[in-house]
Amino acid sequence: MSERAGGAVPGAGRTSANGYTKPAEGSWTEHYPELGTAPISYEDSISPEFYELEREAIFKRAWLNVGRVEQLPRNGSYFTKELAVAKTSIVVVRGLDGEVRAFHNICRHRGNKLVWQDFPRDETSGSCRQFVCKYHGWQYDLDGACTFVQQEGEFFDLDKADYGLVPVHCDVWAGFIFVHLGREPSQTLRDFLGPMVTALDGYPFEQMTERFHYRADVGSNWKLYIDAFQEFYHAPVLHARQRPGPIGAIAQEMGFEALHYALDGPHRVVTTTGQRPGSVPDEALKPSEIVFRSGLFGPWDEPELGELPGGLNPGGADADQWGLDSFQIWPNFVILIWQPGWYLTYHYWPTSYNTHVFDGNLYFVPSTTPRERLAREYAAVTFKEYGLQDGNTLEATQMMLESRVVDRFPLNDQEILCRHLHQVAAEWVEAYQKERAG
Amino acid sequence: MTTSLLPAEFADLEPFAAKWCLPSEHERYEVRLASSMDEMHAFYDAAFPRLADALVYLDAFPIDELPDDATNLLHLLYSLVNVSFPVETWHQPNVPDSGAAYLDLVAEPRP
Repeated sequence: MSERAGGAVPGAGRTSANGYTKPAEGSWTEHYPELGTAPISYEDSISPEFYELEREAIFKRAWLNVGRVEQLPRNGSYFTKELAVAKTSIVVVRGLDGEVRAFHNICRHRGNKLVWQDFPRDETSGSCRQFVCKYHGWQYDLDGACTFVQQEGEFFDLDKADYGLVPVHCDVWAGFIFVHLGREPSQTLRDFLGPMVTALDGYPFEQMTERFHYRADVGSNWKLYIDAFQEFYHAPVLHARQRPGPIGAIAQEMGFEALHYALDGPHRVVTTTGQRPGSVPDEALKPSEIVFRSGLFGPWDEPELGELPGGLNPGGADADQWGLDSFQIWPNFVILIWQPGWYLTYHYWPTSYNTHVFDGNLYFVPSTTPRERLAREYAAVTFKEYGLQDGNTLEATQMMLESRVVDRFPLNDQEILCRHLHQVAAEWVEAYQKERAG
Repeated sequence: MTTSLLPAEFADLEPFAAKWCLPSEHERYEVRLASSMDEMHAFYDAAFPRLADALVYLDAFPIDELPDDATNLLHLLYSLVNVSFPVETWHQPNVPDSGAAYLDLVAEPRP
């Protein structure tokens, strides 16, 4: 809805009818010539064979975010994470020394899942001093060492020291817990995340502990949902009726343009304008938005966060224009930071070539009053109203892509991040295949 | 006489309390989908004009020290948040173009 989008653009070039400036090359896409501009195939999203390659080439070779340190509030706190894409489950635990560690969730005796409640496939969390296998009572301390074997004397030359839990590489950045399922990561977590993402160091994620966690099973390839949330070209159309009166039609007429796009290695970011309270006339708002003082962009009354890191608003858009940054962290993790002082994360966990589990988490500075809590409730429900529309298109897309009636799809400049995602997936699979071929 | 769920100041909303004082978003969303537009309009038309007063009333308490009747009022207002979408925007209980899609809220703040 902005009149003019200001800010630093690489070699500032063409300015669109709506006032958005593109790079000197004439488009965001051509600013990154390795992307090309040709139509792309979505074979990578409908091929069971390609998915099998992705499991090894991507999900066992990239750092994966599995949660936040606030999910492990005390020494002894743990949670399990199902990773169907790697056919494993892991347990993430804060040890008695305060360190966060991760292990494959398997008992070393006869392979039972070690930490679970009633249903083997359900995730769980809690707090303990040691892990006890419910099958034969083997015990492990929180460092993974085997500390007790039931009827140990019945075994043959068994040394408990040889039967510790199988560790998973685990590291923490900015409170986000990552694991790496490979034998030896080729990069440290920090090097993997790269300068664009780590420039968010210092953002007060740790203050934002009021959490709404949404989850859905989605009938599409994991990359299709990433695409759905990494372009906003769809927003004025698919979500047109979310806005009252003629505003939806006006927005559709204007279309969508981002303030800024950037790529950094396998990661990418998009920055868009926002909706400042007071910048939108009352007739463009719903009556409830005005009373609850909240909406899609979050509660209008912003928390005091102090100075924010330079990694925000990476395109340097004018402060009164900046609305959000959506950081797309390879392969399946998104951090979206909203100007009014809150953030959300998305995770897309593949369960087959055409299904995945979607996790959306909204994080706010904790409410101190019921009024604040209601503003957050309003933002969370608004998120769901939009998310339901986004989620429902995915199965429809998957179905028709699988028809293979069409195999070349044009992507416009506002879909640059979709183009990049599929290119990175292809590169990682190709690198894996080359290595395997020796 | 049955005990009232809401604070005496909000006795006018008591007829809606049994149905809409719901502690989880899952329940609120389910009840919304199962309700007629007439039912939701009746609730909205009664509760929306009382919203500003209710916010003032609730803000007298810290969020983690709400008496039971105030907690019920807060839960009623959460339902008003949910119902405001069908009433103000959609004119139908469910989100248009949402079909079989769902988003379950598996963890949420308390209260």
